[in-house]
Amino acid sequence: MQGGLVAVTSIAYLGMLFAIAYFGDKRAEQGRSLTQNPYIYTLSIAVFCTSWTFYGSVGLAARSGLDFLPIYIGPTLVFVVWSLVWVKIIRICKVNRITSIADFISSRFGKSSRLGGLVALIAVIGTTPYISLQLKSIATSFEIITNYSGENSAINPVLSQFGLDTTFLIALALAIFSILFGTRHIDASEHHEGIVAAIAFESIVKLFAFLAVGFFVTFGVYGGFGDLFERAKDADLTHLFSVSPGGDYGTWVTMILLSMLAIICLPRQFYITAVENTDENHLRTAVWLFPLYLLAINIFVLPIALSGRMAFTQGGVDADMFVLTVPVFYGQGALALLAFIGGLSAATSMVIVAAIATSTMVCNNIVMPMLVNWRWVDLEKRGDLTGLLLLIRRASIIGILILSYGYFRIASESYSLVTIGLVSFVAAAQFAPAILGGIFWKGASLKGAMTGLALGAVMWAYTLLLPSFAQSGWLPISFIDYGPFGIELLRPYALFGMEGYNNLTHALFWSMLVNVGAFVVVSLMSRQSAIERIQGTMFVDVFLYTEGLKDSRFLQGSASIGDLRDLVGRFVGEDRAEKSFQSFATEQGLHLRPGQVADSQWLDRAEKMLAGAVGSATARVMIGSVIKGGIVSLDEMYKILDETSQAIQYSRMLETKSRELEDTTYQLQAANERLKELDMLKDDFLNTISHELRTPLTSIRAFSEILSETPDISEGERTHFLSVIRKESERLSRLIDQILDLAKMESGQMDWTLANVDSKPVIEEAVAAMSALMQERGVKLKVDMLAGMPMIKADHDQLVQVLINLLSNAAKFCRHPGGHVGVNARVKGGNLLISVTDNGEGVPDEKKAKVFEKFHQFNQGTDKMPRGTGLGLAICREIITFLGGGIWVEDNPNGSGARFSFTVPLARVDGYFEIDEDNRTSPEPGQRVAE
Amino acid sequence: MRSAPVGEKGEREQTMAYSVLVVEDEPNIVLSLQFIMKRSGHDVRVAEDGEEALRAMRDQTPDVVLLDIMLPKRDGLSVCETIRANPDWAGVKILVLSAKSREADKEKALALGADDYITKPYSTRDVCERVNAMLGMECPQAS
Repeated sequence: MQGGLVAVTSIAYLGMLFAIAYFGDKRAEQGRSLTQNPYIYTLSIAVFCTSWTFYGSVGLAARSGLDFLPIYIGPTLVFVVWSLVWVKIIRICKVNRITSIADFISSRFGKSSRLGGLVALIAVIGTTPYISLQLKSIATSFEIITNYSGENSAINPVLSQFGLDTTFLIALALAIFSILFGTRHIDASEHHEGIVAAIAFESIVKLFAFLAVGFFVTFGVYGGFGDLFERAKDADLTHLFSVSPGGDYGTWVTMILLSMLAIICLPRQFYITAVENTDENHLRTAVWLFPLYLLAINIFVLPIALSGRMAFTQGGVDADMFVLTVPVFYGQGALALLAFIGGLSAATSMVIVAAIATSTMVCNNIVMPMLVNWRWVDLEKRGDLTGLLLLIRRASIIGILILSYGYFRIASESYSLVTIGLVSFVAAAQFAPAILGGIFWKGASLKGAMTGLALGAVMWAYTLLLPSFAQSGWLPISFIDYGPFGIELLRPYALFGMEGYNNLTHALFWSMLVNVGAFVVVSLMSRQSAIERIQGTMFVDVFLYTEGLKDSRFLQGSASIGDLRDLVGRFVGEDRAEKSFQSFATEQGLHLRPGQVADSQWLDRAEKMLAGAVGSATARVMIGSVIKGGIVSLDEMYKILDETSQAIQYSRMLETKSRELEDTTYQLQAANERLKELDMLKDDFLNTISHELRTPLTSIRAFSEILSETPDISEGERTHFLSVIRKESERLSRLIDQILDLAKMESGQMDWTLANVDSKPVIEEAVAAMSALMQERGVKLKVDMLAGMPMIKADHDQLVQVLINLLSNAAKFCRHPGGHVGVNARVKGGNLLISVTDNGEGVPDEKKAKVFEKFHQFNQGTDKMPRGTGLGLAICREIITFLGGGIWVEDNPNGSGARFSFTVPLARVDGYFEIDEDNRTSPEPGQRVAE
Repeated sequence: MRSAPVGEKGEREQTMAYSVLVVEDEPNIVLSLQFIMKRSGHDVRVAEDGEEALRAMRDQTPDVVLLDIMLPKRDGLSVCETIRANPDWAGVKILVLSAKSREADKEKALALGADDYITKPYSTRDVCERVNAMLGMECPQAS
């Protein structure tokens, strides 16, 4: 057949696909979606059937009979028996706006970007052989349809056209085609309705082409199934009617299991089934229609295979290409062209979907996190990132196809289509523990998923990928036969001596063992972060939290400021939320309109407020879901987070209570200390008083007894002893009086007579009272007063008492003999300042403050003066303080000795009393004050 | 008021003069104690604070110390302790005369080596009897 015709037909077909995609997008924009249709959806899922199915199944059937079937039994089982898993995944994808399988897994495990990157990397590496398989099939089929004329001869599939490598051209063409299709939209989470429509159309084309060939063979060449199988029996092909010789049912089980995992975990299947799903109800149709599609496309596999085996009796013709070569053999050029287009549609659909799915992952999960983290590009400064995003996706598509072409050149020549596909299946299966574990087991942790995935992928690469390089001669073949460095235990096809299984079972066993093992063990041993726990709950209990989803106001994808306020209020209190939002509005110079759609600054504000209440991770999830909209309704979010909130509230309550208790305890302790202190002071005071009272009593009693028991005592002694008794009695009375006075003053029960007092008579009275004593002791007293002494506001008697106490002290402590005592009075700053100076030893600095304390006494030596009570100065201080003045002692500035000074406020002539510094309220003249 | 040094014990037995050290800062109490002790025939010396008391002890070891507690410079309890720490003064009898009336104060003083404790105000007869009891003699009867 003319290469030109085939090329033109192919290009025309691709053009039609593009038109369908374009038309589909247009219809979607107009709101009359083509793909809101369960049949279109189901047909798009049939992207599972690639050229591997189209060509490879027949090839496998021609070699080993029914062994091709498990690949389709697995998916059928998943859809028929275990559609729950899809319902759950689809719901989660919708709730979380999942864009890819990497997004899904990273989202489940706390939105970890590293995990997302790992998944994307494995997806790219795992998908590469699969895409290369499509390239191989297109290239081979193109070569065959243009060169093969029906002979029983071998064909070189990589014969170059136009001096260029056909496969490379095809890879390039598919890259461009994928770019045109897949990167027209920016938002990867939006539905690509046009593509889905095109993929569905391709599914129809490939099924139609395959059925056409099958019909032709069965009913055109032979007289129906019966005739065909009879002939095959005659041609000794009965071994193909059953499972391959040897009856390896283990392989069947492996294959069924593997394809079950693949239908869920292959990036493109995940993408088309979950991400592109527009309505969960479509799955109800897919559950029966997709298995039916698989059945339909498999009905004629065996007939075509048998007819091929019967037509090409000499072998040499690649059984993988029977779909194409059988029509050519029977001279049906048009049918062959149809078959070629069918194969092309199978291959292109896979490449397009896989390229879109993987490029989205590469962009979103590998490149963007790098850009964000490594700051190669200052993303914040670049306003519009759409161009950058598209560029990255397009580059990724080209990169992935070049990689696939590379793998094709390296490995695919030595492998059949099916084997290459299975290598990819095992890679995809590595995602299964993370996905299935993630949606059914809340305890699955990020570290578990990371470890399991990484180990599984390494094991896959070691047991399948590297050997495929070795078999193609890119690594020494001894690597397979004798293990690396001749270590037999490490032979990639017989790891740790596990022999007797086929490569696939062997690889699946080891990779799944380490993957699931690490996933479970590490998950059990590691702690989940808050966001992991939240995401885990949202994934596992997705149905619980998404009931009534359709009624949510958030379905439309935007939250109003009022909604945000309510959300925040629920956790921080309505009043606080309201206030904060109001103040934020004022700061920003905005009006608070609750109905307005919240923009980023409002979201930011709300998130910060929430973070304060529930922690930043939770806040981010909550706000994030509000922003994206349609994810979780407020009610659902509350359902999830109320528990947290209640726990927080409860723990706050406990904290408050315990803090209150602590405070109370502290206060009690302090009060207790204070009481103890007071008790001790009281105890000390009572002890001191007791001592002070007992001392004169001792003398009185002793001398009384001496006098009464000693009748022959001399007259002199008797007189002396009687005078001692009298003086000690006086001392006792004075002591009792002073104690009572002091007690009254301290407790505020003293009766004061406050009046305008002439200060001169006060001083004179005190001096007169002390002069006799002074004379007796030979003390010279000098009084220095102003000519016109001012009026003061005071209690006359008490002030006299103060002066007497000071003069008495001065007389006692001045030098003996040669004592000098001076009294000086003058006005200073609204006060009368009176000083009493002596020429004694003075008061040491450290005692200057203490002398005014109760019962503070000096050693009085052998002084013959009546012993002091130790209360005189304390009483002086009480009186002066009450009168609103101050009292202090300093060194005598004019020589040795001490100078005691005190101040008393002057009286105001107009009857208005001077108010002292302490603003003590001054009573009216003559008023008796009881404090 | 220093008394002349007393000679050997034998001599003392003949003269019946015991040495009493009064440690007290209240002059009138000193006066009364001096009178009482002299009436019993003892030699009396006086110290007005704790330090002076110890100096007097070193000048001449007394037979009895009448010791106040609340003293200037060094309190009576410390004096008591110091006396008891010196083996040379082991035979010295200590009678504490204190205005501190609590049982605890008494126990403290006895624990520090005092031989007896009398609370002020005391009966002079009581003081006389206790001192003489310590010295193994009788108190002169009041007539």
